[in-house]
Amino acid sequence: MSAPLVIVDRLVKQFGDGDTAVTVLKGLDLTLEVGEFVALLGPSGSGKSTLLSILGTLMRPTEGRLTMLGESLVDADDVQLTEFRNRHIGFVFQAHHLLPDFTALENTIFPAATHRGRETDADRERGAALLDRVGLSDRRDFLAAKLSGGQKQRVAVARSLMNSPELVLADEPTGNLDRESADQVMDLLVEINRADGTAFLISTHDERIAGRCKRQIRMLDGRLVDA
Amino acid sequence: MIYSLKVASRYLTSNLAQTGLLIVGVAVGVYVFVFMSALIGGLAVLLLDRTVGNIAHVTVEESDRGPVSLFPDGDGTLIAVLRSSAQRTTLQAADAFAPLISAVPHVRMVAGEVLGNGFIQKGEALAPVAVTGLVPDQVSAIANIARSIVDGSPDLTISTVLIGTGLARTLGVGVGQTVSVRSDRNVELTLTVGGIFSLGVAGLDDASAYVNQRVARVLFELPAGLSRFEVKLDDLQLAPSAASAIAALTGLKTTPWTEKNKELLDALVAQARTGDLIKVFALISIVIGIASALLLSTYRRQSEIGIMRAMGASRRFVVLVFVIQGAMIGICGGILGAGLAYLSLLPFPVPEATAAAGLPVDIRQGAYGTAILLTLVGAVLASIWPAYAASKVDPVTVIGP
Repeated sequence: MSAPLVIVDRLVKQFGDGDTAVTVLKGLDLTLEVGEFVALLGPSGSGKSTLLSILGTLMRPTEGRLTMLGESLVDADDVQLTEFRNRHIGFVFQAHHLLPDFTALENTIFPAATHRGRETDADRERGAALLDRVGLSDRRDFLAAKLSGGQKQRVAVARSLMNSPELVLADEPTGNLDRESADQVMDLLVEINRADGTAFLISTHDERIAGRCKRQIRMLDGRLVDA
Repeated sequence: MIYSLKVASRYLTSNLAQTGLLIVGVAVGVYVFVFMSALIGGLAVLLLDRTVGNIAHVTVEESDRGPVSLFPDGDGTLIAVLRSSAQRTTLQAADAFAPLISAVPHVRMVAGEVLGNGFIQKGEALAPVAVTGLVPDQVSAIANIARSIVDGSPDLTISTVLIGTGLARTLGVGVGQTVSVRSDRNVELTLTVGGIFSLGVAGLDDASAYVNQRVARVLFELPAGLSRFEVKLDDLQLAPSAASAIAALTGLKTTPWTEKNKELLDALVAQARTGDLIKVFALISIVIGIASALLLSTYRRQSEIGIMRAMGASRRFVVLVFVIQGAMIGICGGILGAGLAYLSLLPFPVPEATAAAGLPVDIRQGAYGTAILLTLVGAVLASIWPAYAASKVDPVTVIGP
């Protein structure tokens, strides 16, 4: 059996100081294996978003350890975290968060282009292939602002896969979509997980979406209650 | 293409109205900068042309010879010098010095002169006069006599004299009439007024006369040598250094024009500083304009910056995107402003040819390259703060996962 993809050990995240301090994560432990397809459930305010931020190296924990692909990320500096995030982690946000002045193809290849400092033909080919895979080959030159909600989310999925990350963090990826579009996006994520072995951690309130994941973990008041 | 350049270009072209307005704002600042450079520079050229344009940039004379004490230690020796108006120092080896002076860098023209004082008379009218003897083909080498002739011809023959308008009025003479010139050596010659000039300098127009150098040698009993050399340079600001170079080369006494026109020089320096101050304010307005516009852009694009950071864009990349935007606005505004300023300066004549009431702007002194370069540097500096602010955007705060 291969080493775990992510090991979270006694993770604490506190916001503010003194009397106004709020502890959102309270000694959380979690392990994600390579290629897992996991749903993260829990009520609003349970700490799901904070956990995703820390796993995505966008936020530093107050205490505890975070190891990904064998690398300890707690003591890494901003440059190292940015590099790590670019190469190993993909994001799909509830509000898709595309760059509105860029086309679907340009949005898709952004992670690779910003890493290399330029766009290459290979990037454009891979970006086009990814858009083809999410069913948007005919929309590659459309500005992001001109796409529908479901199309934007599929572009966001394509972008999250651009650098072939080991882990994709998805925060309510179907939260803003109608049922049909939501099913299409989930079908896509399931297919990518099966075909590429990319691990997914999907934060959701929707039990139906969670039901399509191989494993469900639940958070309550800053701790995992059912991992 | 460098990716940060592509992103910066896309941001600028995505809102053409705002970018256009910003570039026009910068261009206005650059226009003011260039126009002020041309105006201040033109004013300086006009002032110099009208005041010192007709004098030598460097005067070269025989060194004063001081008396030497015969006692070895010199103690108790009092030296007194009695100067005689009848004695004058002359450059006896003038022929040897002329090519040496001509070889000094930036020397454009060397004119040898025979000088002396005397009186000029017509009938009962008598006036003191400073007589300058010139080689005929150098009549306009120093003072532009030919351009200043208001009546007659600037040609110097052995029977003609050129006098100023003031002197002609005093004597009541016109071109073609004869006058009597008597030197301080008591040599008297009758000459015909060949031309009347108006140099616009009272000292020259009222009390100076130009004669053929051969005539001057007779008047002042100077069969060989010269009284002095007058030198014109291709840049009159280089007069002090050129004077030092000529002195070092020849051992002669040299005097740059700046030594005798300190007040004018001070006024020109003060004028230049005033111009610099206006230009600095124009630059400051450019910098503030760009900085505020980019800060607004940073604020407006916070969520996009957060997305880029989340996708793995480094802080350096974000800084570059905003600095490049500043640089592009600066270069476009700089070229537009300098170009428009150049076009608007085209109809103006150069200050040397400007009429008395004309605006003395000098298209040659627009400092176009400097304006564009300073705008570019200013724009880059102006963008550093917004760029730094952009790089500090916390992706979690602006987009959250």
